[in-house]
Amino acid sequence: MQTSTSWRSFRMAAWLGWLIESNWTDPFLFAIYSIVKPLSGAAILVIMYGIISGGNFNTPLFPYIYLGNAFYIYVGAVMTGVSWAVVDDREHYKTLKYMYIAPIYIPVYLLGRGVARFITGSIAVFITIVAGVLFLKVPLHWAEINWGLFFVTLILGVVMLALLGLLLAGITLTVARHEGFIGEATAGALYIFSGAVFPLDVLPEWIRPIGYFMPTTYWLELLRRSLVGNVAQAFPTLANFSNLQILGILLGLSIFFGVVSIWVFRYCDSVARERGLIDRTTNY
Amino acid sequence: MSNSLAIETQGLGRIYKLRGSKKEKRKELVALQDVSLTVQRGELFGLLGPNGAGKTTLIKVLTTLLSPTSGWARVAGADVHAEPNLVRPRINMVSGGESSGYGLLTVKENLWMFSQFYGAPSKEANERIEALLEMVGMKDRMHTKSSDLSTGLRQKMNIVRGFLTDPEVLFLDEPTLGLDVGASRDVRKFILEWLKADRERTLLLTTHYMVEADELCDRVAIINKGRVLACDTPSALKQRLQKDVTFEIETSPLNGLTPQMMESQPEVKKAALTDIEGGARWKLSLVEESALARVFNLFAQKEIKVMNLNKRQPTLEDVFVDLVGRSMAEEESNEQSAG
Ligand SMILES: Nc1ncnc2c1ncn2[C@@H]1O[C@H](COP(=O)(O)OP(=O)(O)OP(=O)(O)O)[C@@H](O)[C@H]1O
Ligand SMILES: [Mg+2]
Repeated sequence: MQTSTSWRSFRMAAWLGWLIESNWTDPFLFAIYSIVKPLSGAAILVIMYGIISGGNFNTPLFPYIYLGNAFYIYVGAVMTGVSWAVVDDREHYKTLKYMYIAPIYIPVYLLGRGVARFITGSIAVFITIVAGVLFLKVPLHWAEINWGLFFVTLILGVVMLALLGLLLAGITLTVARHEGFIGEATAGALYIFSGAVFPLDVLPEWIRPIGYFMPTTYWLELLRRSLVGNVAQAFPTLANFSNLQILGILLGLSIFFGVVSIWVFRYCDSVARERGLIDRTTNY
Repeated sequence: MSNSLAIETQGLGRIYKLRGSKKEKRKELVALQDVSLTVQRGELFGLLGPNGAGKTTLIKVLTTLLSPTSGWARVAGADVHAEPNLVRPRINMVSGGESSGYGLLTVKENLWMFSQFYGAPSKEANERIEALLEMVGMKDRMHTKSSDLSTGLRQKMNIVRGFLTDPEVLFLDEPTLGLDVGASRDVRKFILEWLKADRERTLLLTTHYMVEADELCDRVAIINKGRVLACDTPSALKQRLQKDVTFEIETSPLNGLTPQMMESQPEVKKAALTDIEGGARWKLSLVEESALARVFNLFAQKEIKVMNLNKRQPTLEDVFVDLVGRSMAEEESNEQSAG
């Protein structure tokens, strides 16, 4: 009974999310959105890097930046996607209250809404990386890739991001205004603190602990290591840790944040019922 | 399901904390106060009250969307605050006057999705959807994207969503708000048919249309400023006023007769007067019908001609006026200027 409730919440949410996400009347626009947008994002970064480094693409820093940026697409897609479902359903479709009174698990429903974003995000990540390998000589060699580590890390990370999304969804639920901002702001902050496009060592020493506390830091590091092993070790931040140690830290932090997320969501959920915010619309 | 009560509330209250500007102190707004009601299974129960009376707030509490600040409520046998997961599978709710739904899904997709959230087998759900859409005259719009529907049709789709899951207790908040006369009639007819098909089904609806409450509901609670002022069958509510007999009489000009003179007659309880073209219109409350003879005598003495005579049947509007001291329209304009 319980598993079937969870399953139908998840399945139907994923179905709905996919219809919403892929419902472009114009396939051409859909292609632009899912291909051109991430590529142009990467292009801006490459150009900036080219200017600053004087056109030297042969340092370990370049694949570091390029891959970090590519996988960071998942943060915007999955984490923000899950929390955005609250805004979408409450403000835009005005269905959140009907979801709430339906016999489903709202957290599972929200996670399900992130599935479609995971799929489109994966396409974007893939295309970005392929473009990097083909045109920018990102040193990715088929034979050297640690596939096992890569997939374990990827899946663990996506689950972690979805749970972080749930945390943001909870906070979003209790905020009646400017709620769309929460996901973007968090994604922006994580971009800086997780060593996505520059190693943590670049940051002032007193800020670094924030990065060490974020599971995304270890996630991105492991993804880089699994794809371009030795290059990733050129940076001192986490060089002392083995892959397995980092995986352990990532797992530990993911469980920690997962538990916190579920707890925060439950708390926010009861606050929202307390204050009558579940069907609150601001009519923006 | 030995419990025969569909809804039971005891001392239910809800206070909203209002956040004004920072300088302003936090204000509190009492939206519901000491509401104690019981609704039997099989009943069509109406909440009647002006804007801001607390109807929607009560529905939100009963549908587990909002926690009460005092008292308790049970729906379909479970506590709405403590056991929402037991309540939710047994209820459904529709708010009128808003266009909710996923605009990029078709009518059928929207409805099918909700049926799946309730765990209905897909094939059965599809059959039910078609049957219900047929009943509200929307079958030809089944494959229309719901964003392409008119507001009224969207509302009908929403109403179908409420009935689709075959809830034990269904809450309809102003179901006919914004619908034209024909569509309102369809919806009312549909409500009655749905209830007739299974005597265990319970429906609570809110409205501020007196006629709707009178025509549809088995029992009505009149609610104003968060309080239930009276709760009974429409006819029993009107019966309370029936002790007085009300007549509307149009006469020729008054020749000095005043309402005071009229009220000084022993069996005339109340006399109100409005000017009309070429004369006056009296509204008289008499202790009993036979007192009309005295009134006619008085008219004759003053040489006033009676042009028109109507015995007024009391309406729920009269009941409201009797309870609140003002008409519902007055109460609403007052609420607006206060708010
Ligand atoms: N979330 C909220 N925060 C603060 N006050 C609220 C909130 N929701 C409702 N109120 C106030 O509570 C009172 C009751 O509102 P409610 O919506 O229950 O009335 P109603 O009877 O449904 O009115 P209407 O006929 O206009 O729908 C009103 O004064 C309203 O302004
Ligand atoms: Mg209302």
